[in-house]
Amino acid sequence: QLPTGLYKKVLVILHDSVLPYMNEPTLMMDFLTVAYGIGGAISLLALNGLFILIHQHNLEYPDFYKKLYSLLDPSIYHVKYRARFFHLTDLFLSSSHLPAYLVAAFIKRLSWLALTAPPEALLMIIPFICNLFRRHPACRVLVHRPGGPADMSEDPYVMEEEEPSQSRALESSLWEIQSLQNHYHPDVAKAAAVLNQSLSEMEDDISGLLELSAYELFDKEVKKKAVDVPLEFEQVRGLFGKKNDICAEHFSLD
Amino acid sequence: SNPFEVKVNRQKFDILGRKTKNDVGLPGVSRSKAIKKRNQTLLKEYKEREKTNVFKDKRFGEYNTKITPEEKMIRRFALERQQNYGKKNIYNLNEDEELTHYGQSLAEIEKLNDIADSDSDTEEGGALSAELTAAHFGGGGGLLRKKVSSEQQDEEPEKPKSRKELIEEMIAKSKQEKQERQTRRESALELTEKLDKDWKEIQTLIARKTPKSERKDKEIEKPKPDEYDMIVRELGFEMKAKPSERLKTEEELAKEERARLQKLEADRLRRMRGIDEQANKKRPSHMSADDLADGFILDKDDRRLLSYKDGKINIENEEEEGEEEEEEEGEEEDNDNKEESQEESASEDEEDDAADSHSDLESDLESEEEAARDKEKKNKAAENESQNVEKLDPKSEAAESELPYTFAVPESYETFKTLLAERTIEQQLIILERVQKCNHPSLAVGNKAKLEKLFGFLLEYIGQLATLDLPELRTIDKLVLPLYNLCQMFPEAASDSIKFILRDAAHDLEEVIEVKGRATFPGLDTLIYLKIISLLFPTSDFWHPVVTPAFMYMSQLLTKCRITTLQDVVKGLFICCLFLEYVSLSRRFVPELINFLLGVLHISLPKKQAQGYTVVHPFTPVGKNLELLFVCDKDDLKSWEKQNVPLSIVTRLKETSKTEINHIRLSCLALCFDLIKKSAGLYESLPSFHEIMHPVRILLTQCVPVNEYPEKMQEWYHSAVKELENKVKHYTPLICEKKKPVPLKQYTPKLVKVLEFGRKQAGSKKEQERKQLIQRHKRELKGAIREIRKDNQFLARMQLSEIMERDSARKRKVKELLGSLATQEGEWKAMKRKKWKS
Repeated sequence: QLPTGLYKKVLVILHDSVLPYMNEPTLMMDFLTVAYGIGGAISLLALNGLFILIHQHNLEYPDFYKKLYSLLDPSIYHVKYRARFFHLTDLFLSSSHLPAYLVAAFIKRLSWLALTAPPEALLMIIPFICNLFRRHPACRVLVHRPGGPADMSEDPYVMEEEEPSQSRALESSLWEIQSLQNHYHPDVAKAAAVLNQSLSEMEDDISGLLELSAYELFDKEVKKKAVDVPLEFEQVRGLFGKKNDICAEHFSLD
Repeated sequence: SNPFEVKVNRQKFDILGRKTKNDVGLPGVSRSKAIKKRNQTLLKEYKEREKTNVFKDKRFGEYNTKITPEEKMIRRFALERQQNYGKKNIYNLNEDEELTHYGQSLAEIEKLNDIADSDSDTEEGGALSAELTAAHFGGGGGLLRKKVSSEQQDEEPEKPKSRKELIEEMIAKSKQEKQERQTRRESALELTEKLDKDWKEIQTLIARKTPKSERKDKEIEKPKPDEYDMIVRELGFEMKAKPSERLKTEEELAKEERARLQKLEADRLRRMRGIDEQANKKRPSHMSADDLADGFILDKDDRRLLSYKDGKINIENEEEEGEEEEEEEGEEEDNDNKEESQEESASEDEEDDAADSHSDLESDLESEEEAARDKEKKNKAAENESQNVEKLDPKSEAAESELPYTFAVPESYETFKTLLAERTIEQQLIILERVQKCNHPSLAVGNKAKLEKLFGFLLEYIGQLATLDLPELRTIDKLVLPLYNLCQMFPEAASDSIKFILRDAAHDLEEVIEVKGRATFPGLDTLIYLKIISLLFPTSDFWHPVVTPAFMYMSQLLTKCRITTLQDVVKGLFICCLFLEYVSLSRRFVPELINFLLGVLHISLPKKQAQGYTVVHPFTPVGKNLELLFVCDKDDLKSWEKQNVPLSIVTRLKETSKTEINHIRLSCLALCFDLIKKSAGLYESLPSFHEIMHPVRILLTQCVPVNEYPEKMQEWYHSAVKELENKVKHYTPLICEKKKPVPLKQYTPKLVKVLEFGRKQAGSKKEQERKQLIQRHKRELKGAIREIRKDNQFLARMQLSEIMERDSARKRKVKELLGSLATQEGEWKAMKRKKWKS
């Protein structure tokens, strides 16, 4: 019923400027539920207020995790409210009483989506997934399946399935993270390689990684002191003069 | 010594073979020694405790026992003389005047007359003539006198002479004799001198090989030397040519080159995997194969200058160097030559030395050698080629002759710009090359820093050329060569300046995002810089100080920048190309690349809801900037031909017609298809290849209106789809690497074999050393404490004795005073009593 811009603004401040001062916060229930159902960024923002209601005011929300699961789409790694969303998701998934299939579905989906994520999000999501593995050891089959079939022609996981229980995530493996071991960013590749080994007991602290921005990453790299600088040994012949120069195939210097 | 003074340390058990140092002690002796020592040191210090002035004994060698007393005396005397030398005595008024006698210095006569006479007078010196003795010692024995008188008597009839006359005569005689002697000596001296002179003249005649006519007389004496002999001698004296390294055959050279490349490639692979980064840290920095570790890369080819200097000009060189002769050769060039000649192999040097006799043969040989070397060094060869090309062009040659030969390195960017302004590309290259040569780091100390700055200027210049309205990309294309060479010389400085540029660019981007909330693509210069990075540095490294930030920056460009115009699309696609090029060897996964290509495909479709795939930032599934690449004009579709997109449209795209724009759009689309095909080829080995390509595949197969495309475009499309489709799906369940089992903790006691009782059983060597040190420290500490205690005792004793002495002196004086008073009193009383009595 509200314009999108206003909707977002309201939802951003709702959880700490409105809800604590209301006599009966449960009155906001309907508003938040509707907002949560809209989808996209508004759903992400409504999540925060909803969490307070569930946590402190005994709100019973049917199929909460299913809804959360369906919120995961490729844009979550690119939106502005990424840090807030993953902070909450971390909270929701911290319960050790969640069924393994649900957590596995989340893990699988998150890593599936990570294939389109920028490096700053990847640096956050990989420790996030590692933490999930630590909390739910039953999910470790995703990275360690000793007795499984030697060769599969298809990933058993069903991406399009809305229902986490039907997604067959537990039968799958985290090939996405394995692919990310070839990521161009050295830190991402290193982080992804952690899953090759058995995990340590301690959880990683991801609170510092949530707010990571691309510029910070860049700055960190630029400020690194190099001992020596390896050089290209192939003699240049011009701007597009390299062997198999892709630019030269499609661009001209005119 | 006295048995009562000896203290015997009794041993409880006698052990055979044990040597003890301290079985007997001499407490008395050691105590007196210690006291004596303290008297000399501590007591002295104590007595002088409140005195600041010090007595210094400056007598030479007073305490030096090594010098014998005699020597000491001599040295002291010499020192004294030295000190007095040059000092004038103010009371000696006529010190400067020299006393003379017959115009000769008296002092000199004193010193020298003995010596002067010694050689001539020795034969007569000893024997005095009878007359002389008679004259001098006139009143001698009577016998002599008689004889003289008899003589006188003989002469008397003629003329009796008085004594005075006689003496005069004698004097005259002896004078005459002396004069004669002198003249004889002088003439002898003259003769020897003349002889010497003559000999010298003759010698020069002999030494010089004069033509036959001049020295006929001599040839008569000497037989003409045999020609054969002469040659043999000549050969013997001539420098022997050492065997130089065999010239390598083509095959060997190729083999060497291959081995070198293989090594470099292996090196690159190692860095790409980034595994043993730490292990190889110690390795010296990666060098170009031609690097001689002295930074001497570029100026190799001016070896020709040397050959020219030595008087044998290669035909090839004559053109260039001939001109150079007309110009004055700069000092720097001379230096260069010297530098060069030092670097030349010894064999060549010798060849140069011997070159005079058979120069033509030599020069042939050398040019061959040079050719061989050129082949060896690929780097140099390329440069030579470029130079040769220039030389062939008569115009550029003329231009070359106009340019000065020495350049100072410009201090600021402005001077650099003026240096290159209004020059053709070739001239600019030559200028840059000469600047580098004239200021090679091995020539002067500050040159390295200067040339490092030059790299920055050149980079800036390239950026400026790229930002021009009509970007001079051809110039940049050429300028990359000197840039590469400079980078090879100074990798650190080059990486720093490129990093600086990158940081600036990223900073600008970040600022724009913060202010406007969205970013735009940077100008052409940044794109060119990114391209240059891939030329200068290996992009396949796991981590590289320059390339990794460049990756980050490009990723930001692809994810943050809005696509609003066709130019943005072209820029984005160019960055995609760069990305692919960067990872072409390492096959690293770049999610942004796939996202962007998907987005580009999306905006080429007619406006409708995306189905089965989602586009991510910066592209939106709905919005205003859709259909940027969508072409619906049938004619334009038909007339399209695949062409390379000119980079200059990035800066200006105004006066082009609609058809042309449509053609560019189609070219971009074709480019996009090709990039998809290439990335599919790159990533096919990734385990989740199909997931990565899933959205692209869906878009290509379900949404793209293939049939509307021209035939050429359909070819591109089909090749891309084929590359995506024909990959087998292949999944193997993941298995963690096995962890090494951690051994359980054991609680069994540690058993140590005891080899020798009584001796400490130490563990490691380090531990042993530590224990030893602790023990020694303890011992020293104890000794020091004991010494200090004894010192204190000694001092206390001294103080006590001082006090006692003082007290006793006072007592004595008091007693004396009292005594004297008592005697006074006594005397006074006695006087009184006397008075009383009297």
